[in-house]
Amino acid sequence: MIGRILAIAGTEARIAMRNRWVLIATAIMLMFALALTFAGSAPTGALGVDLLTVSVASMTTLSVYLAPLLALMLAFDALAGEADRGGLALILSYPVSRAEILAGKGLAHLGVLAFAMTAGFGAAGAAAAMAGGAGADSLMALARLIGSSILLGAAFLALGYAVSALAGSTTAAAAMAAGLWLVAVVLYDLALLGAVVWSGDGAFTRDIFPWLLAANPADAFRLWNVAASEGVALASGMGGAASALPGWAAPLSLLLWPVAALGLARAAFGRMEP
Amino acid sequence: MTDDILIVENLGRRHGPVEALQGVTLSLAAGQRLALLGHNGAGKTTLIKLALGLIAPSAGHITVAGARPGSHAARAATAYLPESVAFHPALTGREQLALFARLAGEPARVVGPLLDRVGLSHAADRRIRTWSKGMRQRLGIAQAMLGRPRLALLDEPASGLDPVSRHDLYALIDGLAHEGTAVLIASHALTEVEARTDRIAILSAGRLVAHDTLVGLRARAAMPIRLRLTAREGAADEVQARLGGARVNGAAVEILCTPQDKMDTLGRIAALGPLVADLDVTPPGLEALYRHYSGEDRT
Repeated sequence: MIGRILAIAGTEARIAMRNRWVLIATAIMLMFALALTFAGSAPTGALGVDLLTVSVASMTTLSVYLAPLLALMLAFDALAGEADRGGLALILSYPVSRAEILAGKGLAHLGVLAFAMTAGFGAAGAAAAMAGGAGADSLMALARLIGSSILLGAAFLALGYAVSALAGSTTAAAAMAAGLWLVAVVLYDLALLGAVVWSGDGAFTRDIFPWLLAANPADAFRLWNVAASEGVALASGMGGAASALPGWAAPLSLLLWPVAALGLARAAFGRMEP
Repeated sequence: MTDDILIVENLGRRHGPVEALQGVTLSLAAGQRLALLGHNGAGKTTLIKLALGLIAPSAGHITVAGARPGSHAARAATAYLPESVAFHPALTGREQLALFARLAGEPARVVGPLLDRVGLSHAADRRIRTWSKGMRQRLGIAQAMLGRPRLALLDEPASGLDPVSRHDLYALIDGLAHEGTAVLIASHALTEVEARTDRIAILSAGRLVAHDTLVGLRARAAMPIRLRLTAREGAADEVQARLGGARVNGAAVEILCTPQDKMDTLGRIAALGPLVADLDVTPPGLEALYRHYSGEDRT
């Protein structure tokens, strides 16, 4: 079983490298992370935190958008594309289970994401630390950013596989993935913001809103990074909702999402008739 | 009975209101080659997908090497060549085949000799993107030969190939059958499978309308044998007068007779002696049989 998963993972990793996916993803992460770090270096003096802390706060905002986007772009084609090419029926004629296929692809794609995140955020973090200093606290924040970005990516990779299995064709999968990204990352927040404005300081804002925020993996990611570091909270100005929740809520949500989404993807894949 | 690798019993598959397959019963023993003929949409691919366990039957059942289709044991015993194979263009042939070998539980060392056997060793380390259609199809056959399958399901294996590639491909398929693999070839390229298969099954609109050897099909169809005589110069009128039949351009006479009357008619032709210069005997071809069994000539 492990042998078959590794065989698929190895092949997928090779394809990702041949398609220059690894290169492109890493270049995007590196470019944005470095640009944000140095463009956002202005408020250090005013807030009294080191440059790395500010950089982590900027990169947290960046990762909320980029990690789901990169993950969905890697994943949307994974099953629908194979089915379109006729390769899925062939691979399923071998003694390999659908769970093993998903695991193999997931492993390879997660490796690509993890590499891009670590390289991008790591390089920007190192540059910020060298230029403006870093403490144990801000280094911890950087490590947390990288780890939680990989988790966020994993959640959206699995959601991408579910979309790929449900869509039936590559084009439909691409459209659904774009829609999913828009809803999860942009529209969900806008809707919540609207509800908060409407509720004012009512029960919704105090009791329900923080939990709804934690239920979305992208917001859970933001909450976790903000709540865990005072400096980051200060620099990102998003401490209010974070303080209303118990500390375990956001990390738990971010840990549960990849597992739940993978279960969903497996169920959707099971219903596919290639 | 235990020799039958593929057993299909009263199989049906409904797709919404459409009966894609209905009451199909057939079996295939080790080393046998069965041609599954039918138009596009007759149910050939549906039958193959049912045998692979990719879709579930709505009636009847299938057994593959004694196991349920789609089970680990059945998949380990089955090789499949899809109608249009599309391997990943970014991989080399060797890498693609190595993946399949690992999935089939074969050691990596089988890949080289297998590529050699299908005549691809020269291109093995080039990306599949650069390969011709014939080369891709041969890679498809190579992956179907992995792990000594007990059943090979080949969907239109010769589609889009030139005559030379086709010949090579059927030689490889013969090799598979020779090693004891039960081979099912779905095709609408009728003339090719004629000499290459032991039995022929004809699907029409989801029903099995014939399942026999070529000889058996001919006998049951009772279709006429075509005898074409070339008469000596100036003797065509006399030949026609004594044998009947129809005149075809100038010196030739064409006679249609049933298989039972064939020897009789040949005797009468021989009795004409020097009046006949040449004789061609054409049994009904697969094309005509196919039309007969799929009900097209009864309109």
